[in-house]
Amino acid sequence: MTLPGWAISALGLPPEASDTARRVDALHAVVISTAFVGIGVVAFVTIAFVVRYRRRAPRERTERVVASGLREWTTATLVLGLFVAFWFVGYAQYLDIERPPEHAAIVYVTAKQWMWKFGYPNGSASTDTLFVREHTPVHLVMTSRDVIHSFYAPSFRIKQDVLPGRSVSAWLDGAPAGSYPIYCAELCGVSHSRMRGEVRVLGARDYERWWNEGRDQDDMVTRGKSVAAQNGCMSCHTIDGQRHIGPSFAGLYNSRVALDDGRTVVADEAYLTRSMMEPLADRVAGFNPVMPSYRAQLSAEEVGALVEMIRSLEHAGGEASRVALPELIVTKVDGGTR
Amino acid sequence: MTTSFYRADTTFRSWALTTDHKRIGILFLCATTLMLLLGGVLALLVRIEHLTPGPTIMSAETYNRAFTLHGVVMVWLFMIPAIPAGFGNIIVPLQIGATEVAFPRLNLASFYFYLAGALVVLASMLLGATDTGWTFYVPYSSRTPASVLPTLTGIFIVGWSSIMTAINFIATIHTMRARGIEWMRVPLFTWAIYGTSIIQLLATPVLAIALVVIGLDHGFDWGLFDPARGGDPVLFQHLFWFYSHPAVYIMVLPAMGVVSDVIPTFAHKNVYSYRAIVYSTLGIAFVGFLTWGHHMFVAGISITDAGAFGILSMIVAVFSAIKVFTWVGTLYKGSIDAKVPLLYVLAFFFLFTFGGMTGVAVATMSLDVHWHDTYFVVAHFHFIMVGATFTAYLAALHYWFPKITGKLYSERWATLAWALVFGGFVVTFTPQFFLGNGGMPRRYYEYPPQFQTLHVISTVGSWALGLGMVLVLVYLVRALVSGERAPENPWGSRCFEWRTSSPPPKENFTSPLDVEIDAYDYTTETS
Repeated sequence: MTLPGWAISALGLPPEASDTARRVDALHAVVISTAFVGIGVVAFVTIAFVVRYRRRAPRERTERVVASGLREWTTATLVLGLFVAFWFVGYAQYLDIERPPEHAAIVYVTAKQWMWKFGYPNGSASTDTLFVREHTPVHLVMTSRDVIHSFYAPSFRIKQDVLPGRSVSAWLDGAPAGSYPIYCAELCGVSHSRMRGEVRVLGARDYERWWNEGRDQDDMVTRGKSVAAQNGCMSCHTIDGQRHIGPSFAGLYNSRVALDDGRTVVADEAYLTRSMMEPLADRVAGFNPVMPSYRAQLSAEEVGALVEMIRSLEHAGGEASRVALPELIVTKVDGGTR
Repeated sequence: MTTSFYRADTTFRSWALTTDHKRIGILFLCATTLMLLLGGVLALLVRIEHLTPGPTIMSAETYNRAFTLHGVVMVWLFMIPAIPAGFGNIIVPLQIGATEVAFPRLNLASFYFYLAGALVVLASMLLGATDTGWTFYVPYSSRTPASVLPTLTGIFIVGWSSIMTAINFIATIHTMRARGIEWMRVPLFTWAIYGTSIIQLLATPVLAIALVVIGLDHGFDWGLFDPARGGDPVLFQHLFWFYSHPAVYIMVLPAMGVVSDVIPTFAHKNVYSYRAIVYSTLGIAFVGFLTWGHHMFVAGISITDAGAFGILSMIVAVFSAIKVFTWVGTLYKGSIDAKVPLLYVLAFFFLFTFGGMTGVAVATMSLDVHWHDTYFVVAHFHFIMVGATFTAYLAALHYWFPKITGKLYSERWATLAWALVFGGFVVTFTPQFFLGNGGMPRRYYEYPPQFQTLHVISTVGSWALGLGMVLVLVYLVRALVSGERAPENPWGSRCFEWRTSSPPPKENFTSPLDVEIDAYDYTTETS
């Protein structure tokens, strides 16, 4: 179900840039129409009663009228049923908005007072303008360098608060070529209202040209390897599938990982980022909890580069991981290891 | 003719150190009304700033401070105390046939805590004022160069006043009801104040904790919400909304109580379902505690939690719907005299129902993703929280004015002012729904030019609203000075507070309250 153009402009909504926007708007129209019907009925009945039963003599007595329990319960149940139906459809759409499609291209977003920075898998970066390929979903992995911001792209009907010290996800689905506004929607200081940008959706050929221009720099994977080397990641994690103090990066991305408390998680971007920031939160079974936190040690770009590097190894190192090695016994002594 | 509580003693000292609940109520009414005017002036300034997309009359810093103070003053210094501490203090003991409240001195202390807190908040305006919005989200509030501490301290102190008033009401309603007023005969305004008091007592300490922790973060660099040191800024939002969502019901339950009493009086009609009103009041007070997460659908909380908060929000909306049906049903077969208090109640119906339906809309989760932190939410909460509280405050002011002062105001001027206030309100806030649909974020000093027309309409509406409010003050002050003397019970109400002289004597009743006839029984001819 899609809304006709006149309904979209009557509601004052921006043009719909995506399928998500179309679905959300359809629900919007239903819910708001119900609100108008509700207020219309209440207003009409109230005014009718006030006119029909206006006082005719100063000291009129009235007969006692009491609601029947059956009527009260029926009304309450019907109203609850209607509201729960709204919730049901809204929640289904919300799940869709909150969960990025699995193979969407990733763009790393860093928010700071008062700008949006975008880092792309080919190593290029842009400020305040997010470049997207026409009709192609994009997964935004976002963090903030200072206070809470909120990524709001009204044409796509999406919004996500961007938090410091955490990585959050949002996604845009394929829009036709054009320019769509981005607003910061969480008060972030004196220039909050100037923290605006645009989603620039490029046609296939323009996007190709833009992508190739950006490729001169180191790509994210190469940067990720040097970040890993500089920060000592490689002293515990291998990139060839060999088991060491920590799990190998090879084949890790998107794999199911068993944790020492019995849960399993999928090693997606959010999990990988969290493991760098809070290594003790989700400990992989069979390894000792010795990893320090990298919170405030790595910039968002560096975290993005590391995740991209691990992602590039999604299908690597299958052989080595099968070689059984004696388990290393690492014991924590006075904060050090032996 | 009995001596009214005004005449009993007229020295300054007898007011400043009074333990008479009626006098304390009047002190609260005067103070909260002053705060309403201050908050109103700030709102008018913010609206004028939005006449143009760029800078109009103030800088971005001043703008952020102005809307923050507007929110702080209106929420904590007007809406939360005005009806419970103002009208509640005066009316509740009269409605239950009590001669006193349970803790008269605590009641006086509550007023002075309120006054001290309000003065600290006002002083913070001069000391460079908070610029975080009334929600104080960390980490911005722990880093901003503006002076957050005085504002937080002021709100913290006002919180004590809230708690004291709540304890006093709960004890009074439990222990001081006159013989014959069993629980299910207690007037509905008193029931509403009872529900409100429970929320105030349980929720306010959580706000206090949240404010103290921001104070420690901001002033002493404790870093409890600082992610770089293992803190979680979203935890603050949970604490804040755990208070501030129920706070919406602290504001709106007393308003509902006023409506539940005004309608039977002006329709000369029994309440369509007394039980429905009482149980929905308690339902709101309880379920209202479990919905705070709906302020955080896009804050990065778990989607399962978000879903649960969504459906709980739908349940709490049903209680409000039940009330609306019961109120409308009360008008059925009544003998309706559409005097000014009832006109305000009709305005309340409109604002509350539309505000409530848009509340259901923002609880519909995928829609909230688009609307969250836009003008749609601003319009929604101004309709439901401000519209309802403000119209009920004005309804109460006009309804109980003869009871409290013994004077009558001019119906004609009051009707004109009602039209300005109601019309102004609708014109101010309806365009804001459309601004939000269009994607206009709230708290924006500068905005894209396509939003200007709607902003201008909204600003012009705010002038009508402001003018209406000035008019109310003018004719009420005139009525005080030179108004006609009111009869004891000008509306022919059956409610218990009208069964004593207007204004009442110091001890409230000269003879024990006769409760043979129910507070909502209009089956016999009124005397």
